[in-house]
Amino acid sequence: MTMFDNDDRSNTSSDNAPSFTFKDKVLALAGEWTATRLGNVPDALAAAVRDHDGAISLDLEQLGSIDTAGVFAVARVLPEDELVKVVTVGRDFDRMADLVRPALQYSRPEAPKPRFVNALFQSIGKGVVETANEAYRGQTFAGRLVLSIGRTIRHPRRLRATPLVAIMGQAGLSAIPIVALMTFFIGAVLALVGSNMLQTLGVKIYAVELVGIGILREFGAVVAAILFAGRSASAFAAQLGSMKMNQEIDAMSVMNIDRFEALVIPRVLAALVMLPLLTVVADVGGLVGGLLVSWTLLDIEPTLFLQRLVEAVGPQPFWVGMAKVPLFALAIATTGCRHGMSVGGDVQSLGDRVTRAVVQSIFLIIMFDALFAVLFERLDL
Amino acid sequence: MTPTTSISQDVPESELPIQVRGLRTSFGEHVIHDGLDLDVVSGEIMGIVGGSGTGKSVLLNTILGLNTPDAGIVKLFGCDIHDAAQRRTAENRIGVLFQNGALFSALTVQENVEAPMIEHTSLPKDFVAALAAFKLRLVGLPDEAGAKQPSELSGGMRKRAGIARAIALDPPLLFLDEPTAGLDPMAAEEFDQLICALRDSLGLTIFMVTHDLDSLHAVCDRVAVLADKKVIACASVPELERSDHPWIQKYFNGPRGRAAKATANESAK
Repeated sequence: MTMFDNDDRSNTSSDNAPSFTFKDKVLALAGEWTATRLGNVPDALAAAVRDHDGAISLDLEQLGSIDTAGVFAVARVLPEDELVKVVTVGRDFDRMADLVRPALQYSRPEAPKPRFVNALFQSIGKGVVETANEAYRGQTFAGRLVLSIGRTIRHPRRLRATPLVAIMGQAGLSAIPIVALMTFFIGAVLALVGSNMLQTLGVKIYAVELVGIGILREFGAVVAAILFAGRSASAFAAQLGSMKMNQEIDAMSVMNIDRFEALVIPRVLAALVMLPLLTVVADVGGLVGGLLVSWTLLDIEPTLFLQRLVEAVGPQPFWVGMAKVPLFALAIATTGCRHGMSVGGDVQSLGDRVTRAVVQSIFLIIMFDALFAVLFERLDL
Repeated sequence: MTPTTSISQDVPESELPIQVRGLRTSFGEHVIHDGLDLDVVSGEIMGIVGGSGTGKSVLLNTILGLNTPDAGIVKLFGCDIHDAAQRRTAENRIGVLFQNGALFSALTVQENVEAPMIEHTSLPKDFVAALAAFKLRLVGLPDEAGAKQPSELSGGMRKRAGIARAIALDPPLLFLDEPTAGLDPMAAEEFDQLICALRDSLGLTIFMVTHDLDSLHAVCDRVAVLADKKVIACASVPELERSDHPWIQKYFNGPRGRAAKATANESAK
């Protein structure tokens, strides 16, 4: 037995490593037969005893200490019916052998290995069913969301203001610095990349249009939305998911609290309010970046840059960019909340859902952006 | 002989797997333990009781080294658990059953039990699998449970699997956090029997936090009572029943305490 006073693993020397000798039907054990020290001894023992027939005696004279792993290693290779004829009786060994013996009849059930073709069709089938289920769940989620939005509009007092403001702070305000910084760099890079070519063509003043239209129409809205998705779609999914795992959402339903009203609506509204504001911040950051690079590399004075911005770019690209934002916000918030609500009981599904929330919302942002690009093209905007 | 105070002076240090001296823990202004002493003697089952907020879980976490105390020393097998260098020598000699099993949800039950063996030994893979299956049988789980995910098990089975993982490396010291909480009375009784059987067959020392009065009567050799920021008494259940401390009186001689005692006497007959 591993009594701690004679089993100090920190200073065990190699001379009491587990070992055995098997001679004249006598198996002699020596050293420390404990799980941490056994190593390959069980296999060596099995190999040595394999061809032997009949009874085996056991000599435990030299045995230091032994635990269930050691006893298990010995017991499983000795003949079952006349398991042990002990020469030197070890109290711990006997006691543990009694414990181990009943477990020896056990043989590990072989897990049926699916054949390749079967496995292929199985995974295809599972994929199809899962996709259909996802689509169905997405539909019901959208339906319930519309219903509870309608109810909130009819009874505005049911809107939960405290969580709404808290989420607006978490998801919106604290994202301002990173959003501004990122579009600042994008605006700077736009001006930088354009500067060379525009300078050789002699129309360096067009850098203002390049930066202005690029940032206001596309980059501001898309970058703000992608950052919002990375920060908040994941946060929404993780928050709702861990509430689900903790049965908090179950508790809400038995208390007859509408979980859409309590959890989803504040998040969707917060996104609808904050993402346009973040887009404005992103636009300003991008324009400042472009302005600084134009000033230093292209010698376009800031006053000239701003004047040109007002005259040649105008407000239209800004409104075209802003028009897409509410849809982005809706896509991000609902994707995050929907995946949070779909978390199962285990940790893996939480990770899975958070990942999917982020990936899907970024995918939706890019897809909507492309659709809008086509739409505005047709409308000649 | 079993000592009746929280400090066991006449027992040599080598026979004390757990030694706690002058422990002080606080969270901000709130002092949980102050000058707490406790010894656990090799081979005994020590129960810890105390009202809510007396810091049973904090004590367990501090002894396990998950919590750093403000003052005092915790020694497991003579090694200071809050000293990084000494900690390693003690670490492989303890097993812990957390309240809900704390099984790794990404692994099957069988893999959960194999995990510490694979991590800390160089045993062959087949042998580890067989040994893990044996440990699962030892704690009374059916053979088919091994292939399941922890989320597919009932609460009682999860606790059994947790014990199987805790004893995977045959640690001489086992910590149990509310082992019978959330189990039905029959399952709780079986669990008590399992704890006793493990102690008897593996010679374990067991430290358990529990509120189950039946469990205290059935398995604990000694019970330490936490109150007033320290261990106010540490003795066997019959001795504690004779104590005149008001909280201990209320705890052991209240209606539930008397019922548990009656059951314990019944089964002793």
